[in-house]
Amino acid sequence: MSFFGIGAGMLARRELSLKCYPRRVLQRQRGFSTTKSLFAILQSLTADDGKLYGEPFYGESSFLMYRKDVLDANGITMPEHPTWQQVADIAARVDNKQPGMRGICLRGQPGWGQIFAPLTTVVNTFGGTWFEKDWTAKVNAPEFKEATNFYINLIKAHGENGAPQAGFTECLNAMQQGNVAMWYDATSAAGSLEADNSPVKGKVGYVAAPVVKTQESGWLYTWAWAIQKASKKQDNAWKFISWASSQGYENLVGQQEGWAKVPAGKRASTYSNPDYLKVAGAFAEPTKNAISTADPNNPGVQPRPAPGIQFVGIPEFPDLGTRVSQDISAAIAGQETVDQALDKGQQAAEQVAAKYKK
Amino acid sequence: MSTALEPQAGAGTSAPASGGGSALRVAGDWARRAPLLPALIFMILVTQLPFVFTLIISFMNWNAYYPDQIGFAGLANYGAVFTDPDTLSAIWTTVIYTVSIVLLSLVIGFGVALLLDRAFPGRGVVRTLMITPFLIMPVAAFLVWKHALYNPNYGLFNGLLRLFFGPNAVQPDWISDWPKTSIVVSLVWEWTPFMMLILLAGLQSKPLDVIEAARIDGCSPWQVFRYMTFPHMRQYLELAGLLGSIYVVQTFDAVFTITSGGLGTANLPYIIYTIFYNAHDYGKASAAGVVVVIATIAIATFALRTVSSLFREE
Repeated sequence: MSFFGIGAGMLARRELSLKCYPRRVLQRQRGFSTTKSLFAILQSLTADDGKLYGEPFYGESSFLMYRKDVLDANGITMPEHPTWQQVADIAARVDNKQPGMRGICLRGQPGWGQIFAPLTTVVNTFGGTWFEKDWTAKVNAPEFKEATNFYINLIKAHGENGAPQAGFTECLNAMQQGNVAMWYDATSAAGSLEADNSPVKGKVGYVAAPVVKTQESGWLYTWAWAIQKASKKQDNAWKFISWASSQGYENLVGQQEGWAKVPAGKRASTYSNPDYLKVAGAFAEPTKNAISTADPNNPGVQPRPAPGIQFVGIPEFPDLGTRVSQDISAAIAGQETVDQALDKGQQAAEQVAAKYKK
Repeated sequence: MSTALEPQAGAGTSAPASGGGSALRVAGDWARRAPLLPALIFMILVTQLPFVFTLIISFMNWNAYYPDQIGFAGLANYGAVFTDPDTLSAIWTTVIYTVSIVLLSLVIGFGVALLLDRAFPGRGVVRTLMITPFLIMPVAAFLVWKHALYNPNYGLFNGLLRLFFGPNAVQPDWISDWPKTSIVVSLVWEWTPFMMLILLAGLQSKPLDVIEAARIDGCSPWQVFRYMTFPHMRQYLELAGLLGSIYVVQTFDAVFTITSGGLGTANLPYIIYTIFYNAHDYGKASAAGVVVVIATIAIATFALRTVSSLFREE
């Protein structure tokens, strides 16, 4: 049994050799109607042959989190569906209005799953893409460049301190400790911000991922259980998986650990559970909307050769994204320019594309 | 013949070549060696076999994402390692780390060892405290460095600056402004106790009667250090430097934890990690690993010889 972090479309049978589950087996074995789960998540675990290869444990999208009290104190209203320009303006207006509080936290830590998760969604909505449908690499194209410059300039002007090392954890700290007024990141962060021991509990508002040229720009990601085909203990693995991804498990977490910590984002029923809504009311609806509107097959303005929103659903992407992210991080630190970073990224992307163009 | 291992009693008188005696001696030699064989074979199995496998894989095209395309790759992986700009800069970074960290921690460790070699109340406690950085789990230690010390918002360094220079004190972003230095400083902190331990052992084994005689003869403390302590410490410095280099070349935790390899801080172990875990390119990762091992052996041998001969000339 394995526990995978899987983005939409990343699942290919030849990589993982997973056992697949006919949907009716899912329904029969644990009264779990797949139609009642959040469709986008299940879709992302379904391979090209239409079969399901993983059981979601938790699912997420991305959205914008902001300090309601700070914005109110400065007479700012956050739009329900902000544009990136509006977010940049708000970041400028709240920057340093409270001692030690910067405008916004955006990841700057190298890694395809660190800086490039939020940054690729920004690239998408600015009209850029890693690859066009025919695998033409577009990493140093004007749209990609504009998005990256926007992102980096926003960090440099109004972002968190120590940005080149700031990933999810660092931004979560910054948000909880009142070092930033806004944060664009995974919907899962809300559970920690609203937890009982969080200093900012009840002070945070949640709106959709900021956009420019697209309607939505939230990402889609899931942590999922899967069973290896070669496993000799598939039945036991399945017993565990069906328990760990069941509604009963969510209830157990809710009762013992608090409802804000429930691994949400995979069942529609979670979002109608009154116990969950009591503590997660502030972010439950934005999270559900973000997950259900995310479309990994069409995340930008142009057709894509492979699915994926905050990544490209090919095996080479973790390496490609991480390499380019090193240079973007260096650009945030001022070691090199965005142009240099993206020109190098273009070369690396062209190498990857060459394999697929054949 | 086995005579090379068995010094003859009289150098001039070679043993009579009587067949029976020689056979007996061979049997005797093996009687002594045989009990060691299981340990030797075990050692070869656990230390050399993995290297042999790595060597074989380094000549293969083996990417875990493409299990149906495994095959012989010739020297392609080595070519990729030596033409990849990231790997080349990582080689340079590794050299910078190793030289600066080993030298700095040797100097500081020697200084601390000299101080701890003197008798003073509470010496045992101080010695234990000085060793502590080496005992802390590296990942935990470097998380503390990243968050509790270097962090520009709530780190101790910037907190101290505010404490001494008021709320408007300069607040540098330590890691972003000096990425390599930040890594080096944290690693010097980790490795100084190691150097200190070896050098302190050396200091405490120095012959006190000779030192006392030198003092009576009117040598200044500097002369005692320069002409008695220092030559005595030569082999300890060599040992500490050699072991330190071997360990520091392999440093991974600090780079992974503090910068994630960003800002030009990626060294060879980190690059190998990314080739293995991001690209899942087992062939290229193995080739890079083989290069590191060969380079380490070459440099360690060369460095050790140079250092030894330098000291011997004095």
